[in-house]
Amino acid sequence: MNHKLTEILNNRRGLLKGLGAAAIGITFSGALAGCGGKSEGSGEKIASTGEEAKLNFYNWDTYIGETTLDDFKDASGVGVNMSLFSNNDELFAKLRAGNPGFDVIVPSNDFVERMAKANMLEPLDHTLLPNFKNAGSSFQDVAYDPGRKFSMPYTWLVLGIGYRRSKVKGVPDSWKYILDSDQYKGRIALLSEAGDVFRLGAKYKGVSVNAVTPELVKEIEAMLTKQKANVKAFHEDNGQDLLLSREVDLVLEYNGDIAQIMEEDEDIGFVIPKEGSLLNSDNLCIPKGAPRPKNAHAFINYLLEAEVGKKISETIKYPTPNEAARNLMPEAYKKNAVIFPPTEIMQKCEYAAYNEAMQPIYEEAFTRLRAA
Amino acid sequence: MESWKQQKSVFAAIASAPLFWLVLFFIVPMGVVWLYSFGRNAGLTEIDISGTFANYGRALEPLYLGIFFKSVTLAAVVTLICLIIGFPVAMAITFAADKWKPWLLLAIMLPFWTNLLIRTYALMVMLRTEGLTNSALGGVWESASWLKTLVGLQPLSPWEPMQLLYTNFAVILGLVYVHLPFMVLPLYAALDRLDKSLIEASLDLGAGHLRTILKIIVPLAGAGIVSGIIITFVPALGAYLTPDLLGGTDSQMIANVIERQFKRANDWPFGAALSFLLMYATFVLIALQALRQRQEDRRR
Repeated sequence: MNHKLTEILNNRRGLLKGLGAAAIGITFSGALAGCGGKSEGSGEKIASTGEEAKLNFYNWDTYIGETTLDDFKDASGVGVNMSLFSNNDELFAKLRAGNPGFDVIVPSNDFVERMAKANMLEPLDHTLLPNFKNAGSSFQDVAYDPGRKFSMPYTWLVLGIGYRRSKVKGVPDSWKYILDSDQYKGRIALLSEAGDVFRLGAKYKGVSVNAVTPELVKEIEAMLTKQKANVKAFHEDNGQDLLLSREVDLVLEYNGDIAQIMEEDEDIGFVIPKEGSLLNSDNLCIPKGAPRPKNAHAFINYLLEAEVGKKISETIKYPTPNEAARNLMPEAYKKNAVIFPPTEIMQKCEYAAYNEAMQPIYEEAFTRLRAA
Repeated sequence: MESWKQQKSVFAAIASAPLFWLVLFFIVPMGVVWLYSFGRNAGLTEIDISGTFANYGRALEPLYLGIFFKSVTLAAVVTLICLIIGFPVAMAITFAADKWKPWLLLAIMLPFWTNLLIRTYALMVMLRTEGLTNSALGGVWESASWLKTLVGLQPLSPWEPMQLLYTNFAVILGLVYVHLPFMVLPLYAALDRLDKSLIEASLDLGAGHLRTILKIIVPLAGAGIVSGIIITFVPALGAYLTPDLLGGTDSQMIANVIERQFKRANDWPFGAALSFLLMYATFVLIALQALRQRQEDRRR
């Protein structure tokens, strides 16, 4: 039970700010935990797709527009039953032993790759997804899913340094400040995600995130072991809370998370270091064995609509890969350099490919680092 | 009372449901995990149970033994502190007036009704650099400084908040806070059964209070102390939420490592081996306790 709860709190997309929100998160997940059940009201009606008028959607917490699901029901008659997961590992673990009845899931890029490799995803029928044309050019074809065979873009995000302007000299525009320097001793929090930390260490050393070797991991481990004395905490993806509560002044976090707290505190800044960073993208996929694949296609196509995408972005504030939706958004979102960092720096950012051999090496090095 | 041996069918009827439950939801899943610990990852989702001991070999490497050792040390410190705090508390409840007892017990059990996560978050609010503890201490410091200026002395240097959260201290505090009821309740159960006239006799015969506690109460409450120690130590050893949320960069405990194996590392066989090492240790503890109990029974 507690296990489940931490996951909710550790949720990278979670907006949990302290106790009150935690309590809401608990009741919310409790109510939705039993998935695969009934979708309210839809009964045994038949949708226009010829399938039963319901759909099981497995999504991140706080990761959909406020009215999106109701709007979809009004538009198509299909009732959506949404359950929540809090990280890719949970999603993967749930589907590992077979699909318990989900029609649409939202894995991140490396997990799209991993699940495709493990034959856990259903190929998409592009003729049923005309709104895919709304996606930006860099999302039309991606290395983690050539030809977009299994996935449609939903959101993307990038790791960078969130910082408190008044406590930091200038702009901390290098990974050096958090990974290899005692300038901000005791005021740094790093993300407790082995793979990401080591890949960014590689980026700092000028190596592509996909060209890391076991030797380089050793080198980075030595650097980080030295740096550990300067780090206050490894956070469970609640770095924005640590920054906001002045627990630390520099934090490794995703741009969307920092963008959310920048609205509350003007003293917060965000920068993607000049060495470049790690990109992540969340995708809409249909898992193998989905009971209602036609509804699933219709739903994915609906989410890719410009107006629908706009409403989702208004709620969740993450960068949207949906060009048409972005054009409908207010200037404050479109021109936000945190949500949409400048092109020069984006060109230095990469997606991490799923690497079966390196993952255990990262994990063990991280365990060693924490035990050191 | 009749022995169950004379009423086998009745016993079987009563015992079958819990037995079925135990087998289906405890023995079988545990057995599966136990088998995993002798397997290896064959692909992303398949585990090939090959009977290898490689996972145990890896789990016994110095890195993981070191983490085990650290977890055992932390859990032992937590248990000791719980015992030192819990014993007087249990004594106080035992000797409290009857009408107060239920209320005092309720006060001990009340935190149980709140979720562990909420309690841990409450502690975080207390311990933050700008949290309640630091601002209270800061207030005291500032008033002391002001008092000094009143009598014409130099004021104190400005208050520097203490680093409380994200330390091993915070982990120990959090674990003691959470596990204290586990210690107090068995102690209370043992002390409450104690024949109070023995204590009176000891005091009448000239022993002091401390001597009475050490020579009369502690030996008689021995079983309660041991079970208190075990049921505090075992969950403290397996704690993972507290070190995750309250711990610093070096506060990782063995359960955190196990969790990562099942999730991020996707190495279930190794995770299974680590958890079973923890389990074996627990079994040994319980077996020792049973042995001790038997010896004691024999002595009587």
